Amino acid sequence: MSTTNSAVELISQLQLGDVSSVELTEQSLQAIASRDTDIGAFLSTNADAALAQARAIDDKRKAGQPVGKLAGVPIAVKDNLCTLGLKTTCASRMLANFVPPYDAHVIERLKAEDAVLVGKTNLDEFAMGSTTESSAFQVTRNPHHREHTVGGSSGGSAAAVAANMVAWSLGSDTGGSIRQPAGFCGVIGMKPTYGRVSRYGLIAYASSLDQIGPFATDVSSAALLLEVISGHDRRDSTSVDRPVPAYSQTVNQPLTGLRVGIAREHFAEGLNSEVETAVRKSLDVYRSLGAEIVELSLPHSKYAIATYYLIACSEASSNLARFDGVHYGHRATNFSNLIDMYSASRGEGFGAEVKRRIMLGTYALSAGYYDAYYLKALKVRRLIRNDFDAAFAKCDVIVSPIAPTLAFRLGEMTNDPLAMYLSDIYTISANLAGIPGLSLPCGVSSHGLPIGLQLLAAPFEEEKLLRAARMFELAT
Amino acid sequence: MAQLLTRQDVAKVALLSRLKLTDVEIELFTTQLGQVLGYVDLLNELDTTDVTPMAHATDIANVFRDDELIPSLPRAAALANAPKSDGKFFVVPQILEEA
Repeated sequence: MSTTNSAVELISQLQLGDVSSVELTEQSLQAIASRDTDIGAFLSTNADAALAQARAIDDKRKAGQPVGKLAGVPIAVKDNLCTLGLKTTCASRMLANFVPPYDAHVIERLKAEDAVLVGKTNLDEFAMGSTTESSAFQVTRNPHHREHTVGGSSGGSAAAVAANMVAWSLGSDTGGSIRQPAGFCGVIGMKPTYGRVSRYGLIAYASSLDQIGPFATDVSSAALLLEVISGHDRRDSTSVDRPVPAYSQTVNQPLTGLRVGIAREHFAEGLNSEVETAVRKSLDVYRSLGAEIVELSLPHSKYAIATYYLIACSEASSNLARFDGVHYGHRATNFSNLIDMYSASRGEGFGAEVKRRIMLGTYALSAGYYDAYYLKALKVRRLIRNDFDAAFAKCDVIVSPIAPTLAFRLGEMTNDPLAMYLSDIYTISANLAGIPGLSLPCGVSSHGLPIGLQLLAAPFEEEKLLRAARMFELAT
Repeated sequence: MAQLLTRQDVAKVALLSRLKLTDVEIELFTTQLGQVLGYVDLLNELDTTDVTPMAHATDIANVFRDDELIPSLPRAAALANAPKSDGKFFVVPQILEEA
């Protein structure tokens, strides 16, 4: 893959007049047309509207009018983010023809800052999966190795950036769905603190865990994109009303006295040796930058996956009840009565992974099982959060692998849901605890597959997370 | 808690979930969901008697707003994605029997 410019570099080239937004948008659309046929990152493109928007931004700039912070740079967004007048499918037959009547909050923010939306990216159906293979429409292949998956669920957004079709994109992360594909594709991906970014217009999977975040080719661009999408929105009552730091202004400032935590539970059995080596080498990088390495424990780590799948599926079973064949989405043609219409429509509209999660959640919430499963999981969730609170009293960031393995081969996980769930071990706790996490490249395997490094920080410490990541990026 | 999941259990959960499944799916999900339920039994290692459940990661409790009118979706936009509508309402199959 060729090296191209990061989004912040493109912004300065646009400011200097070295390139126009129309040129960048045409390049992006051409890259999609030529390269995406064998990668499959995009579910739809928005060529005419994107070019018209790019032209309008170029005209504004030429006329000396003020333009937005992201002005003129193409961007792609995951197809579970509602876009006014543009099909939003969640990669599901259920929503194959759904055209949202409004924009998600983050889309409004992108438009307000003059980003150019070139297309919508592939995902695991309703963001449920870790490989982007459960999409009802297409499989996305890893740009570094076509026989491997991109990870998931935001696999299309990760691949679009990794294959230089766009310089940045948005995804959503419920259990690692930004960080893990970023790791598998060798790009930056970030899940903000729960509540940092409004979820309005993000089609819900698990509402207490979902969070929208950026992908980019460098940390500075991720910082700028996060700065633009963060902030309170009255339409999402869980979005937190506190000031948004100017992440893009501070990202280049190194941290002094940085304490990097490593948890012994993160280096247990089952960790691929190449991944382990790359992560341990990353600790040496931090040591060489003057950081202190602090060994610590997250004693409830081994319970995170069980806790997550009970909570996420319970929430999913409730959230996806809205797909009833009445208000929007697929309706079956053959049915005998109203209940049968619901069941037939949902049976036809949803794929296997979505059905499994709805049923697991329905079971966990059903009479006689609620205390044993759902309530139990909520209690363990508290213990997991307490582990992190104790850990962040001793360190600034925790460094870990993103996943125990390299990018899976295509088809490797499709017949074994539990094995796929277990692969989420390193990313899932951050969603349960509500803390921010970031994935950045830290090596390449002997087969040419990227290896990702995860950094975690305490709630609302995105600034620290980005600065620590930038230090690493500059040193490697 | 680790009782085996039966086909009947899965059929019942499918009904509660409003999911029409084929026999093949019921068979497959009986195995797969059984495996997941077996796995989550792991949580019973922990004594959580005195632990407060955590439903949410932020400290937000109730969020109130003024009782004021704000614009909402126009009817045509709200109905535009409906599988069946008469231009004023969502149309569903008959619910009540004829008198």
